[in-house]
Amino acid sequence: MTTPLANYLILAALLFAVGLAGALMRRNAVLVLIGLELMFNAANLNFIAFWRFNPHPERLTGLMFALFSIAIGAAEAAIGLALIIAIYRHRRTAQVDQFNSLKG
Amino acid sequence: MNGLDQVFVRLCHWFAGLFPASVQPLIACIVAITAIMVVFASCFALTTIVERKVLGRMQNRFGPNRVGPWGLLQPLADGLKMLTKEDIVPYSADKTVHFLAPLALTVPIWLAFAVLPFGRNMTAVNFNSGVLFFFAVGSASELAVFMAGWSSQNKYSLIGAMRAIAQMISYEVPLVLSTVPVLMLAGSLSLNDIVAAQGTYTIGGLARWNVFTPWGLAGLLLFLIAATAESNRSPFDLPEGESEIIAGFLTEYSGFKYALFFLGEYLGLFAITGLAVTLFLGGWHAPFQWLEWVPSWLWFAAKFGALIFLFIWVRATLPRLRLDQLLNFSWRFMVPLCLINLLVAVAWYWSGAWKSVVAMPVRWLLCAALIALPYHWLGRALRSASQSPRKYIYAE
Amino acid sequence: MLNEIAFLLCASIILAGAVGAMMLRNLVHCALCAAGAFAGLAAIYLQLNAEFAGFAQLLVYVGAVAILIVFTILLTRSTELQPGAVHHSSSWWMGLLVGGLVLACLVGSIMSSPSLVRLPSQPASAPVKGIGEQLMSQYIMPLETIGLLLTSALLGAVVIAVREPEKSDPPAR
Repeated sequence: MTTPLANYLILAALLFAVGLAGALMRRNAVLVLIGLELMFNAANLNFIAFWRFNPHPERLTGLMFALFSIAIGAAEAAIGLALIIAIYRHRRTAQVDQFNSLKG
Repeated sequence: MNGLDQVFVRLCHWFAGLFPASVQPLIACIVAITAIMVVFASCFALTTIVERKVLGRMQNRFGPNRVGPWGLLQPLADGLKMLTKEDIVPYSADKTVHFLAPLALTVPIWLAFAVLPFGRNMTAVNFNSGVLFFFAVGSASELAVFMAGWSSQNKYSLIGAMRAIAQMISYEVPLVLSTVPVLMLAGSLSLNDIVAAQGTYTIGGLARWNVFTPWGLAGLLLFLIAATAESNRSPFDLPEGESEIIAGFLTEYSGFKYALFFLGEYLGLFAITGLAVTLFLGGWHAPFQWLEWVPSWLWFAAKFGALIFLFIWVRATLPRLRLDQLLNFSWRFMVPLCLINLLVAVAWYWSGAWKSVVAMPVRWLLCAALIALPYHWLGRALRSASQSPRKYIYAE
Repeated sequence: MLNEIAFLLCASIILAGAVGAMMLRNLVHCALCAAGAFAGLAAIYLQLNAEFAGFAQLLVYVGAVAILIVFTILLTRSTELQPGAVHHSSSWWMGLLVGGLVLACLVGSIMSSPSLVRLPSQPASAPVKGIGEQLMSQYIMPLETIGLLLTSALLGAVVIAVREPEKSDPPAR
């Protein structure tokens, strides 16, 4: 069967695919952002799984990357949500296919 | 009296020894979980009656005194009432979320008791980063407040939930920041290590608890204020302000679900009090070296009881804060003071190398001035800020 | 054996939460399912001996990002059903196709990689002291940069989302 590392990587791949599909399928901007966060988390899981099954786990590279990625993901979510609120004020809608004033 | 000190640990080992060796860790875990749940659930029942009696005496009246001698069986009557009340769910409420909200509040808070050291060798789980675990599960219960408020489909519930979340998020920052000096000077995030670092005694026999230092005293006061706000207790109980928004996010809950919310709130209070005792008051250590014969869990219980009494006392004394006063107080007063407390802790640590007979009073004076002057200036800034005309900012 | 059961349980919680977050009609339910997925991920990190990362994930994602998402859903009035709006975009099949392709590529490369047959001989542990020492010595530049980044993100979010007072506003009381 698959090794434990492969189990975690397949879980991360599934999570990434679900996040990607959802971000492309849904119309509401907040849901696109949730999909983005799920993709972030899938990448974090990859990092931590590779750190755990590394022959040299005392080099904390994977763990450090995941920690910084969590912090950056939170900052990006805050800015993204502030942008959605600001756009809502002008366009009165949060549906991404209505944000088309730069078209043509 | 080592025997009485370790009596619970020995009981647990004896009971686990009755089972085969492969399941012994599991049995020990189950014994610890059962003990924690039984002790703190009965503590909850006791606190409801003690609070009402103490509040009554402070307001120059008797508390409940009809049920049983001195009203001591009142929790039983309250429990029966809660269990037999009809469970009303509004017609337009979101049934799943309405049902899950009390669970989502109570379950993370039970988890927080796992890292508290109740006595010598009496910690359920010894995490390497125990303090971080505690704050993580504390913040996980905030979403439950929103679930309760939103699923009731009621204006007042939603307002109450939004206020509660704003308050809890704002006071999480001073709560965590006020514990950072303790972690810095103990050198570890593990609660057992922090208690062990407060276990030595000075020449006069007084223990080296963190509260007997200037940064520890300021830290304890800041921590207790933030803990009052995190538990939605008076004077920070705007989310459940009865005179304003009925019962806030608890409006549409009745019967056992309301009892679960009540339980969750008090358990959160107990968990934070336990953490305050561990971080600042020396955990299960005795205050004087010649008092070490008293069992360690009795010391923990005594300090715990004293802090709970302090919370009840504050509830009886201070009026409720308004929302903007509350948020101003957190962001413009407590967060700067917590950051300055860090500097005070560093100054205390570095001046610990002074070897002179007047070193102690000079250190105390220096560190106390370092924290008292900003306290005075920030207080004056806060007073002038709250008297300017109020600006209303709407969402759109 | 117990490890495998725990992994399967957490994995099913995560995937159920993720699928629910992307498929449900009610937006607040989506946000709550996403919070559940984040919590499941924290449990997986704990299983992988990354305690610090697991608790940080709980604190940041469940305690802050989920609440931010919920607030935004309420502030943009996305809980009210707009008349005539469909919640899927018109090219939803493209999203499914791309997701499926990415999944196939990733799983294919995972299963065919020769480096995944190695297993560790010792359990890994990440003591907080070690993390602190490395943060202060090897990763000091990223740490300071993250401080700057978070400060600018905080200020930027407030500047973007605050409403400018217009001339026609009634004067403040």
